[in-house]
Amino acid sequence: MKIIFRLAVAGFVLLLVAALVWWVLRPGPMPHNPERVAQKQGGTGPNPTTQTINLGEYLARAGDCVACHTEPTGKPFAGGRAMATPFGNLYVPNITPDDATGIGQWTSDEFYRMMHTGVSRDGALLYPAMPFASYTKVTRADSDAIYAYLMSVTPVKQKNRPHELRFPFNKRELLVGWRTLYFKEGEYKADPKQSAQWNRGAYLVEGLGHCAMCHTAINALGGSKEAQAFEGGMIPNQNWYAPSLTSNREAGLGEWSTRDIVDLLQTGISLRATTYGPMAEVTYNSLQYMSDADAEAMAAYLRTLAQKDAGEPVPSSARLVQPSVMESGRQLYEKQCAICHRTDGKGWAPYYPPLAGNQSITMASPVNSIRMVLNGGYPPGTRKNPRPHGMPPFARLLDDEQAAAVVTYIRVAWNNTGTPVAPAQVNELRKLIPE
Amino acid sequence: MDRHLIIGTFALFATLVASAQDEAIPSFKSVDSIEARVQGCVTCHGQSGQGTQNGYHPRIAGKPARYLYNQLIAFRDGTRKYPPMNYLVAYLPDAYLKEMADHFAAQRPAFAPKEASQLDAATIERGKAIATVGDPARAIPACIACHGAGLTGMEPGIPGLVGLRSAYITAQLTRWRVGDRGAADPDCMKRIATRLSEKDVAAVSGWLAMQAAPKDASPESANLVRMPLACGSQR
Repeated sequence: MKIIFRLAVAGFVLLLVAALVWWVLRPGPMPHNPERVAQKQGGTGPNPTTQTINLGEYLARAGDCVACHTEPTGKPFAGGRAMATPFGNLYVPNITPDDATGIGQWTSDEFYRMMHTGVSRDGALLYPAMPFASYTKVTRADSDAIYAYLMSVTPVKQKNRPHELRFPFNKRELLVGWRTLYFKEGEYKADPKQSAQWNRGAYLVEGLGHCAMCHTAINALGGSKEAQAFEGGMIPNQNWYAPSLTSNREAGLGEWSTRDIVDLLQTGISLRATTYGPMAEVTYNSLQYMSDADAEAMAAYLRTLAQKDAGEPVPSSARLVQPSVMESGRQLYEKQCAICHRTDGKGWAPYYPPLAGNQSITMASPVNSIRMVLNGGYPPGTRKNPRPHGMPPFARLLDDEQAAAVVTYIRVAWNNTGTPVAPAQVNELRKLIPE
Repeated sequence: MDRHLIIGTFALFATLVASAQDEAIPSFKSVDSIEARVQGCVTCHGQSGQGTQNGYHPRIAGKPARYLYNQLIAFRDGTRKYPPMNYLVAYLPDAYLKEMADHFAAQRPAFAPKEASQLDAATIERGKAIATVGDPARAIPACIACHGAGLTGMEPGIPGLVGLRSAYITAQLTRWRVGDRGAADPDCMKRIATRLSEKDVAAVSGWLAMQAAPKDASPESANLVRMPLACGSQR
């Protein structure tokens, strides 16, 4: 206990010192740049063209800005949406071009500095809920296009709501410590050994797509280590597991065809898997609008991510299931599930996903499978699949033991390589997910 | 005869028999159909929207399509709050929600047996009075003035009340009273619910749940009566 206390004190002192250093070296407001101001006021220089605004709209969708910066019934980009974090609620700011309450007075320089370095117009450090650790990879030209688009949307007068973060997380100065540990500034640098398509995909996935925000484990400080990039992790406060993109035992796409990856990203369904939950939101708001060329580029890059095998395969002893549990799971499956996923587990792909050989069923974490059985789900309605097939919730039909049996069954039947699930794991999720 | 066809026919027959036994179990004939697409609804609302024996989930079959559509939109956008529903429809487009609403609005499954009421005679009388004549002293109109003489609702936006359980009606009226649920402005139901006492809510919910459905359970047409209050959902 004493050691922990001393460590805590030492940590706190370190943070204070870091804060002091930050205070001395803090970035102020941007220096006045008369040339840019003149441009913005319609003086010399060309106005942003329709083409730039169109490109900016496309890129803003690639970055999924609207998902966080818009309340469900609110005006686009007017902010106000509460974002629950382990440290308290953040309220997402208004990024419409309203002069008083939005970003109407920002210059493109200031916008780029924010995207690139995570520093706001007034010099305040942004909380890393804003994915600037990814957006730093965005080129100046793309940042300018997004800026031009945001300046073109309808301004909304809506004051930003102050964050409700607990001490010490409400002290922005302390973010300097976080930044030292987890933030590396720099635009995307193309890998000359790879194709132009691969580089485009990497640029989108690592940059605007900010896929790492969920698909990399987040630690207690809300940071993620670069070495663990795309290795998967629980999404804080959402109780979904974002599977690893580097392991073919999880959501690694190494063995997938380009078609299936593109379908999953753009359409929300594919012959191999379906998106639900937070990934359905990403497809709904963002990925469905990606061009075929960009979706294919992302697929090309994502496929090469899947090279590592996450540890040893599970020994067969860990996969042993009690025959009575297996039989109970099989009976439930036949009664409730087989009409859609079929007795052989092959489903009616792509409408009802296959469970046999499905990595998201067999991966180490059973969280998503349990959630799907308890709560059901609909894939997103997208331009290419506007009428998706849905799965009903079974939370009220199956008790913990039954749900555990049926999840166990689908994880080991048809030569699936998953492990059994305990009723306690079902119960834990049942309590976390409001009914 | 082809052996597979026989097995297939038998399997289909078995499925149909099973679905007759338990309306909460997924079942459909063709994958590319609206029936298959709304399987996400059936464990709570039943195969044809008739409701299930399970808990408090309402019958949705035969309610006006616009009412059902308004609710789906409200669940999707979070203006009506019930987390399992909010989650299910979060990423579904308007046109598809309308198709689902139209589907369940067109269903006419049989009604479940009525609830046995635990209320005393005086409370039931009070409930009946509110539902059929209202409480003029407190400017509370009768339920049947808008929800139809047979309580089957009114096109386009007023839901039928017949076939609902008292627990569900009580919960909805209470949510309206405390401002947790609302409808399009002017929100007539809010004006009414805030005038009801907790006792009134229990009485009227209990009485409504005891009513048998008329032969024709279709909602009333919108142009038969003048409504006592202006309702945004009827515009």
